[in-house]
Parts: sequence; C-alpha cells; structure tokens
Amino acid sequence: MDSVASLQLVIPEIVLSLAGLALLLVAAWAGDKASRAISVAACVALGAAFFLVAPSVCAGAAGPDTSAFFGQFRADAFAGFAKLMIFAASGAVLVIAPTYFERLGAMRAEFPVLVLFAALGMSVMVSATDLMTLYIGLELNSLSAYVLAAFLRSDSRSAEAGLKYFVLGALASGILLFGMSLTYGFAGTTSFAGIRASLDGGLSMGALFGLVFVLAGLAFKISAVPFHMWTPDVYEGAPTPVTAFFASAPKVAALALTARVSLDAFGTEVDAWRQIVIFAALASIVVGALGAIGQSNIKRLLAYSSINNVGFILIGLACATQAGASAMLVYLAIYVAMTIGSFVAVLMLKDENGAPLEAISDLAGLSRTRPALAWALMALMFSLAGIPPLFGFWGKFVVFQAAVEADLIVLAAIGIAASVIGAFYYIKIVKVMFFDEPAGTAHGKSDWAHWVLLAICAAAVSPLGYLLNQVLGSLADGAAATLFLTA
Amino acid sequence: MIQLLAFYLFAALVIAAGAFTILARNPVHSVLWLIVAFFNAAGLMVIVGAEFIAMLLVIVYVGAVAVLFLFVVMMLDIDFAELRAGFIKNFPLGILIAVVLLAELVLGIGAYRAGALELGTPDGTGASLVGRSNIESIGALLYGRYLFLFETAGIILLVALIGAIVLTHRGARAVRGQQNVARQNARKPSEATVNTQPEVGQGVSL
Repeated sequence: MDSVASLQLVIPEIVLSLAGLALLLVAAWAGDKASRAISVAACVALGAAFFLVAPSVCAGAAGPDTSAFFGQFRADAFAGFAKLMIFAASGAVLVIAPTYFERLGAMRAEFPVLVLFAALGMSVMVSATDLMTLYIGLELNSLSAYVLAAFLRSDSRSAEAGLKYFVLGALASGILLFGMSLTYGFAGTTSFAGIRASLDGGLSMGALFGLVFVLAGLAFKISAVPFHMWTPDVYEGAPTPVTAFFASAPKVAALALTARVSLDAFGTEVDAWRQIVIFAALASIVVGALGAIGQSNIKRLLAYSSINNVGFILIGLACATQAGASAMLVYLAIYVAMTIGSFVAVLMLKDENGAPLEAISDLAGLSRTRPALAWALMALMFSLAGIPPLFGFWGKFVVFQAAVEADLIVLAAIGIAASVIGAFYYIKIVKVMFFDEPAGTAHGKSDWAHWVLLAICAAAVSPLGYLLNQVLGSLADGAAATLFLTA
Repeated sequence: MIQLLAFYLFAALVIAAGAFTILARNPVHSVLWLIVAFFNAAGLMVIVGAEFIAMLLVIVYVGAVAVLFLFVVMMLDIDFAELRAGFIKNFPLGILIAVVLLAELVLGIGAYRAGALELGTPDGTGASLVGRSNIESIGALLYGRYLFLFETAGIILLVALIGAIVLTHRGARAVRGQQNVARQNARKPSEATVNTQPEVGQGVSL
C-alpha cells in the first residue's frame, strides 16, 4: 500500500491537525481577544472534517481499501459513524463554551485549539486497528481533557477535577499499557488482525490477563462500574461546557474503541470477555440508577445518568453480534443528542446576575418562570428515562432487542427492571420543575445559539426523532457490518 | 580483548558511580555521580552495538534529565538528612520488596526457560535493515512505517506544552505587588483616614 493512499484516508485528521496548528498560531499572536473568532474557525474545521467523513459512512466503506499505514489505521464506516458523532458533539461544545467562559473572564484562545486536538485524538481512537494507534489516540484525547477539566484554574473545584482526572487517568493508562504489553508478549504483534489470528487457537493465561487489563483500562475511560468513581467529582468540578464535552464525545470514542478491540482483536474470544462486559453493564446500570437518587447537584446527577447509559450501551456490546453493535451505535447517537441537550439546558439556568445555577432545587417551578426551557428539559428527561413516545425509548428498545436475539434474556430482563429504577430520578426532576413552588432563582435570557442547540436536541429526542429512524438504522447497520467484515 | 577490557572498565565505573550516587552526602554530588553513571552506561551500549541508545543516553539523560535533577536539587530546599533518616527506618521494608521482586523475576524467567510460557513470535516487521546501522533502521521505521504514529505523538507533546502554558501562564501583568505611583501620589488624607469617636467598650466598625 502506498503512502499516498494512506494519506488520503486520513484527510479528516490532517484537516483537524492543520487547523489546530494554524489556530494555535493565531491564538499566540492575537491573544484571548480573538477567542470567539478562533472558536468559529474551529467549528468550521470540525464541520469540514464532518463532511469529509460523511461519504464513507453513507457508502458503507469497508474492506482492505480503508486500511491505512500498514494496518495501523482503518477509515471504515464504523469509524466514520463514530467520527460524525464526535465532530458534531465537539462543535456543539465550541458553540456553548464562549458565553460561559466570557462571563467568568476566563475565555482563552487555547480552549478551541484544545477541543480540536481532543477531537483529533478521538478520531484516531475510533480508527485504531493497532494497539499503538489506540494508545496514542487515547493519550492525545486524555491529555487535552485533563487541561480542559482544569481550565478554570482559579476555581478550586475545577483544579481539583483536573487533578483527580489526571491522576486516575494516568493510573488507567498504566493499567491499559500493562494489558497491552501482555497481549503483545503473548500474541507477538500489536495489530488487531495479528492478535486475532494468533489468539485463534485459544487464550493462554497470560493473554487472558492482557485482555482483562485492557478492558479494565478502557472501562475507566468509558466510566463503567467498577471504574466510575472519578466521574461524579470530575463532572461536577469541571466547567459545565467541558462537562458536556466529557459526557458526549469522549464517551462515544471510548465506547467505539472498546467495541473494536473486543469484536476485532479479541473477536474470537467472545466467551472470555463477555462475562466482564455483562458484569460491567449490569453494575453500571444499577449503580448509575441508585447513585443518582440522592444527588442534589444536577451535574452530578447527569454524571450518574451517563454511567447508567454506558451500562445500556455495554449490553449491546455483550451481544457480540452485528445487531448488537448496530444497536450500540443507534443508542450512542441518541445518547449524544440527549446529553448535549441536557447540558445546554443546564447552562441556560442562570440567576438574575447571570451566575450559573446547578442545584436541583433551583429548578423548582421552572415551568412558570421559563416555560420553554422547562418543556425542553422535560422532553430530554423523559427521553433519558426511556418513556415510550420519546426517542430515548427507541435506543433502549434496539439494545434490548439485540440482547434477546443473542439469547441474553436474563441480562435484558435485569436491564429493563433497572431502567425503571433509573426513571425515578428523571421524573423527579420533571416533578420539581412542574409541580413545586417556584424557587424564583432562575431568571435571565439565553443567547440564540443555546436556544438553537436546545431546539435541535429536543426535536431529535421528541417523537419527531422517529422520522430519522430509517436513516439512522440503515447507517448504523452498515457501520456495524464493516466491523464484522474486518473480523 | 580490548572489547572485554572496555566492558569491564565501563561496567565497574557504572557500578561504582551508582554506589556513589546513593552514598554521597551532598545531593549535588549525587547528581554528578549519576551523570558519570549515564556516560559509562552509554559506553556499554556502544559495546553491544546499540549506538542509538548510547546517543539517547547522552543526549536525553545527561543533557536533559540530569540537568533537570540538578536544577531541582539546587532550587528546592529539600532536607536530605531527614530523607536519609526515613531511608534507614524503612530499610527492612525496602529489602523485603526487593526480595519479592527478585523472586518474581527468578520465577518468571525460570518458567519461561522451562517452557511454561509460550510467548508470541514477532512478525518481523521491526527487523533491522541489512547492512545498515541501527540508527538508519530505526529512522526508516519511524519515518516510514510508523510515520502516522510518530507525527501524532508529536501532537501529544504539543498538547502537553499548551496545557502547561494554559494552566500556569499568568499573562504580562503581575497579579500582586504592583505599585501605582500616580495613584499613590493622588491620594488625599480625607480619602485615606477617618476620625471616629468610639464609645468606650464598643469598638469600631471598619
């Protein structure tokens, strides 16, 4: 394979890195005054990457033609589908971030650049077909994320979130590297195809240890139980736009990566990893549902909600079937819309001075003070709970359908039961908004960009979302099929 | 013969310098002994034919890491006597951990030698070029086969750099301790002082 063909396959990544480097120079010369312009330019770069990736998803690109750089990188439809979600979520974060940081006087020109590089890291992650590519993409994303978490450096909570994320992230990277070194030692190669071929005869004890450690490291990145402890603290402490970013794009990237590692590199060893994934899925659903009940901060509550949702997505992975992988992608797409929408709504909650409100008690009576916001948030909460007329129900439905088809009926039954527990705290928020006496703290206006994003997300999760069903389903099926074609 | 002689020379010096690194009373001397150890280790690497690693040792470890150590030792006020006291107190624990690690190594290598561990065979993609120095081989791999990873790793370093600056750089103006002479001169006594006649035992509110 010649390097020109390889370079053509990584054009979206090249666009992102060149844009990041150019905007970094602009940031160095023009300073923080230009941060809004740099944000817009970064959004344009993400949009360009989005449209460069889109054709490969629509065409269902697959096979050896999509493999670049001696099998280290694969630009197939599965990676493309994940990249579309990653770029869209990163762009949405760039839209909502400037207003938040400018109020605090903390907007810096490096913010959009870091988001761009994080998006680049994530797009390398989802395309990784080699342990080295995987690690480099993961670290590029993680390093940017540590800095973003601590971006409000004068705020002690943000600094704490950054430090906590950094220390635990470094630990998880160490665990992941240890697993990767064991896998390399027993397989003799770092490429997924090579690992798959050499493990085909059966899994030795050492390779099994490698598999377990790799999955443990990845479970940290997707914040699946029992590696979830950092999530509520980091999500609460980090600036809200950054939390919206953490809950959406990196989740997509890490879950897509986990799916590729499990189904491609360890695709012949399904029995070995399925029990781990099933345990992580059930534990995440239960802990996410129970942990959220006592929370009084809405960012913490959404953190537990994301743990809960990761559990449902892992059910799709546990199926180890094409339908399961497709269900994962559909759920992820709906999840990104719900998460971005919820965090935009949280960002729009302000008191009369424009200071952000984060307590659930501040939501009281929102239906009377800010009815449009309350209705949008209600749609998002019902959708997160999986109440039928809303689109969130469809995500859970396809996941459970895939699980039942894969003979994981017990898993599906426990998941459905636990989702009822989870529905409690979503509905509690709706009750606080609509039936409690107004707390009178939520005031103020929000700029149109927030309204547009909220309207898009609310429309996507509303019953109107079912119009997308056909497109989303066929694209996800095509993407999931490429994952099994490489296998 | 001369190779053997050079090996024993370098090896003896590495061990001696390593021992002095631990034993030197002055921490600056410790770092200097460490540099001696790095140089001799580089010599050993040349003998085994790994000249690239020898250069890395000199450039990276002597040039950057050791100098960094020297800066840290000189600039931070570390009480080494206290550290050493802790060293003696925890000596048995340290020995225990060292023995455990040694046992693990012996067991692991023993199991491997006995054939209990079946490691994978490398696929040969990283084999060195025939008739070329290993610097050329590494360069060919790094800028050929692994070009994409190499460049992306460069971006990781760039992000680390941006992060360090974003989180620590405070801009041009100093946050405190800045004197505004004009404002100081423009101050009038009426703005700066107040006359009060507090009741006995009541205190003043400032």
